[in-house]
Amino acid sequence: MPYNKPHPAETIIISRRFHLPNSASIDTFLAHDGYKAARKALDMSQDDIINEVKKSNLRGRGGAGFPTGMKWGFVPRQSPKPKYIVVNADESEPGTCKDRLLMEFDPHRLIEGCLIAAKAVGAHQGWVYIRGEYRYLIDIMDKAIAEAYKANWLGKNVQGTGFDFDLSTHTGAGAYECGEESALLESLEGKRGQPRIRPPFPAVSGAFQCPTILNNVETFCAVPDIILNGGDWYASLGVPRAGGTRLLCISGHVQSPGVFEVPIGFPMMRAINEMAGGLRPGRKLKAVIPGGSSCPVLKADECDLPMDYDSLAKAGSMLGSGGMVIMDDSTDMVKAALRIIKFYQHESCGWCIPCREGTLWLKKILTRLDDGIGVRSDIDLVGELAENMLGRTFCPLGDAAALPTISIVKKFRAEFEARLAQVQVPAGVSESLVRIHV
Amino acid sequence: MSNPVNLTIDGKAVQAAPGTLLIDAAKQSGILIPAFCYYEGYSLQAACRMCLVEVEKFPKLQAACTLPVAEGMVVRTEAASAVQARKTTLEFLLTNHPLDCPVCDKGGECELQDMVFRYGAGESRFTEVKHHVDEKQWSPVVYYDAPRCILCYRCVRVCDEGMGVTALGITHRGAYSEITPNKGDHLNCDQCGACIDICPVGALTSGIYRYQTRPWEMEHVGTICTHCSDGCKTTLGVRNNEIVRGNNRDSTGINGEFLCIKGRYAFDFIKHEDRLQSPMVRRNGKLEEVSWAEAVKAVAARFAEIKAAGGAIGVAGSVHSTNEESYFLQKFARQGLGTPHIDHARSGDVPALIHALAGKTDALATADSLYHAKAVLVVDADLSQQHPFLAFQVRANVRHHQAAVYTVTRGPVREEQTAAKAVHTADYLAGVRGLGEDLKKHADLVIVFGDGIKGAAVGELVAFGDSLGIPVRYVCLVDYSNSRGAMDMGLLPELGPGYHPAAVRGMSLPQMAASQDLAALWVVGADPLAGGKRLASGKAFVVVQDLFLTDTAKQADVVLPSASAYEKSGTVTNVTGQIQRLKKGLNIMGAKPDLEIFGLIARAMGVDAGRAQNEAVFEEIRKSVRGYNVPLPVLATGGAAQAQPVNGRVDVLPDPELVRSAGDTLFTSGSLGRYSKILGSVMEAPGALYKG
Repeated sequence: MPYNKPHPAETIIISRRFHLPNSASIDTFLAHDGYKAARKALDMSQDDIINEVKKSNLRGRGGAGFPTGMKWGFVPRQSPKPKYIVVNADESEPGTCKDRLLMEFDPHRLIEGCLIAAKAVGAHQGWVYIRGEYRYLIDIMDKAIAEAYKANWLGKNVQGTGFDFDLSTHTGAGAYECGEESALLESLEGKRGQPRIRPPFPAVSGAFQCPTILNNVETFCAVPDIILNGGDWYASLGVPRAGGTRLLCISGHVQSPGVFEVPIGFPMMRAINEMAGGLRPGRKLKAVIPGGSSCPVLKADECDLPMDYDSLAKAGSMLGSGGMVIMDDSTDMVKAALRIIKFYQHESCGWCIPCREGTLWLKKILTRLDDGIGVRSDIDLVGELAENMLGRTFCPLGDAAALPTISIVKKFRAEFEARLAQVQVPAGVSESLVRIHV
Repeated sequence: MSNPVNLTIDGKAVQAAPGTLLIDAAKQSGILIPAFCYYEGYSLQAACRMCLVEVEKFPKLQAACTLPVAEGMVVRTEAASAVQARKTTLEFLLTNHPLDCPVCDKGGECELQDMVFRYGAGESRFTEVKHHVDEKQWSPVVYYDAPRCILCYRCVRVCDEGMGVTALGITHRGAYSEITPNKGDHLNCDQCGACIDICPVGALTSGIYRYQTRPWEMEHVGTICTHCSDGCKTTLGVRNNEIVRGNNRDSTGINGEFLCIKGRYAFDFIKHEDRLQSPMVRRNGKLEEVSWAEAVKAVAARFAEIKAAGGAIGVAGSVHSTNEESYFLQKFARQGLGTPHIDHARSGDVPALIHALAGKTDALATADSLYHAKAVLVVDADLSQQHPFLAFQVRANVRHHQAAVYTVTRGPVREEQTAAKAVHTADYLAGVRGLGEDLKKHADLVIVFGDGIKGAAVGELVAFGDSLGIPVRYVCLVDYSNSRGAMDMGLLPELGPGYHPAAVRGMSLPQMAASQDLAALWVVGADPLAGGKRLASGKAFVVVQDLFLTDTAKQADVVLPSASAYEKSGTVTNVTGQIQRLKKGLNIMGAKPDLEIFGLIARAMGVDAGRAQNEAVFEEIRKSVRGYNVPLPVLATGGAAQAQPVNGRVDVLPDPELVRSAGDTLFTSGSLGRYSKILGSVMEAPGALYKG
């Protein structure tokens, strides 16, 4: 079943084949410019491909937004070791559901992106690391890969150019942490999914200690159009330091939730009100998580801004993974904070102390606050504990748990205060003692 | 140091080699950056976040354990932000920690306690319910209490990297993460207890030490383990004249912090209920307890009679006695009793090696050379089973210096895990020769060989070593704590102290047993009649000095209870010729050190064999035994002094057929091992680990 028709306000580039019938098949793909970019790239020099990507101002779509061309440029040219391509398809950030559409409706685009990346750095092996929960996508990807092998877009001597490239899928076992690139590599190698000490970064020492290009699905998928139409064209679609379009996954209290492709810098309120159909009748906007649950939340009055890296950073949040969660005035922010911390507590790998212990402690306090048996000092404590995790954990998961928590407590403090235990604390008695008797 | 990096740590100008980690650079200049997971010699984790420090130009605090020094770096280890981070990390750490310090074995020597004392908050803000799981017993000697665990992963690393066993891993995730045996619910491992020792908190505890004492109630006695010949230093925790613990946390010995199951636990044989408490004399066919005076008188009188009658007296020395005892025994025997018939249970052909190395200097390897050599060749030895410390050194060498290891053995051994080449053959010399081209490539080599290379084969091995054209050093493996010293001291029928030929060649142990004319057999800490063997001479007067009623003692006319290595002082020489001092850990009733017994017998016989006193005898050893003129301060301060017995040729070589290793495993240790309940309690043979 093809994906729904694009909204007129969208700029469809990466999603332009979604609505075609039978869009995942190689025939549809080839009939709509499929593998043209790869064909072109196979005749290009490594430098030319990387330069084109650099010119495009493409930034990583997984969340961190690192310039892709620069990342590719870090891969050492003269390396005695083999080089690898790894696709991060461990899409686990709450609110994010774009990579699954790319793989479901246009899997050959991903294969094409990988092939171009492989050519750019001289890699001959790649893996698509798909989260375990995306079981049905593995079949789709495997089918597409089989088609690509059959049509000689993968395998030995691709299209007679003498270039070899093998690609296969690899399944995760259900850990958010494995979306972190070095933990993903550990998992790919068959080890416990825990992040590595960096540096070295994957471009120098990645999968099996070999130079590795590791990018998000959407990042690889953006590459074919860059090669086809040029980096300058792609850059011109976005804003000065971030080129192209990206997929916004709008969920929550909107009338038409979905995934929409917009140029970087598209106004947030237009995305919510026009594309996603606006809020339900009679409801007012309360808060927005702009780019996945690890981003600080924005209050309604902070949301009138363009969706680009710099504007969101200025507003104290992040563009992140494009997973926008819209919350209207019916939202209980204490519950929202609890739901978010529950997720990160569940997903904390346990490697480092602040994240391991901090997330559990926060969950326990927030559970209590939500149950109406919190005390006043708990509110500050939640904020302080999150601050104590921030910037001190081994990997960004700790920050991901701390940032939304800090922002919710700060911006919606009144809601927490309204939920405190309704007891009188006698003078001179510690509030926390009272809790025991509530 | 070529091109050192200049940096500033806490206002102090510091130089460090490029690539040095900040935490090491700080330590080298006397600044201790706190850490739990960082542990010198093992892989980096950056997990505990205690070593976060402020570094100028970095927006965030940096982990000193993974940050290499850089020119011009300015570091503040005690910046307010860093101290605040440590305080909060400790606060996090204590949330699910049970804080059961009053009953925890580690209380008083716990790194978490120390750290909280230095950086921790005065009060707890955690008012939630703690996560609890029950304690688990993983083996007779290892217990794990997950709530106390801070997940620093030191145990996982020491087991994997240090021991090459990989018995431990991590299970679950987040705050519910636990350390767990990798296979099943129990440890099928070396039971070395390194995980317990390296644990900074009381999460891993020892099956025999737990709940016995508080650390400050013990006296800590640094002495040498009495089991295998590796000569590991072990620090005995002694309370109320009882050993309650063995460990080596002060890392002052040749073994650093290494100890195997025997060094850490197998001292319990000394309190076995079968331990001899009183001298015994055979009357009417039965051994009866008598006073020391009576027993000594009986021995002295009979020895004097036999000596006067010109009867043959055989003397069997011990592989556990001190150098002083062995030296005194042979001197007393040769000069006092006038007998040349002296021997001991030989387990390695050291005399043949000394002979083959004649004229060479620096040809005997030490435990340290096994850690530094570019290549190590192991011939006919299962190091991990029989010489666990030497095996540990080799593994550390591979890990830290990428040493190349070669093995030539009959069957699979653990060293093969990291070996460049492993050869399985019973023709050891042929196997060794096949590796010639590989070995030549290395800058230097240490060859470790077992009892499969003896007699002429030792000379052939050394000739092969010479042919390589690189510096080669050797270790001739022997079995027990002073097997090497017994030979150096001349407990051989052919050789006197320092491998000088004896004036008269005496009978070997089998010859004594077979002799029809043997008038007396004096057995000191040995069991030549094990398994109920009988002397050919029915009339022989048999005197046995031992800890237990051995098979030989059961046939004795007089039995004298002797002290163990933990109950006496003296020196012992390890397998690589390193002399170390035994320090008396506890007093005993009933038994006496062998040296004291020799002295009593000599005095009762009116024989002057010199003063039977450690310092006096050792002084004589220094003067008269080749290679033993070692600096006394090294020994006195608990160090190891290298004996250098190689000099000239050894003119009379002992019969190689008498060289036979007992073939102990990690969990056996000759007769002493049979009386260790701990060794008996670990059922699974560690050998099973390395097969298949």
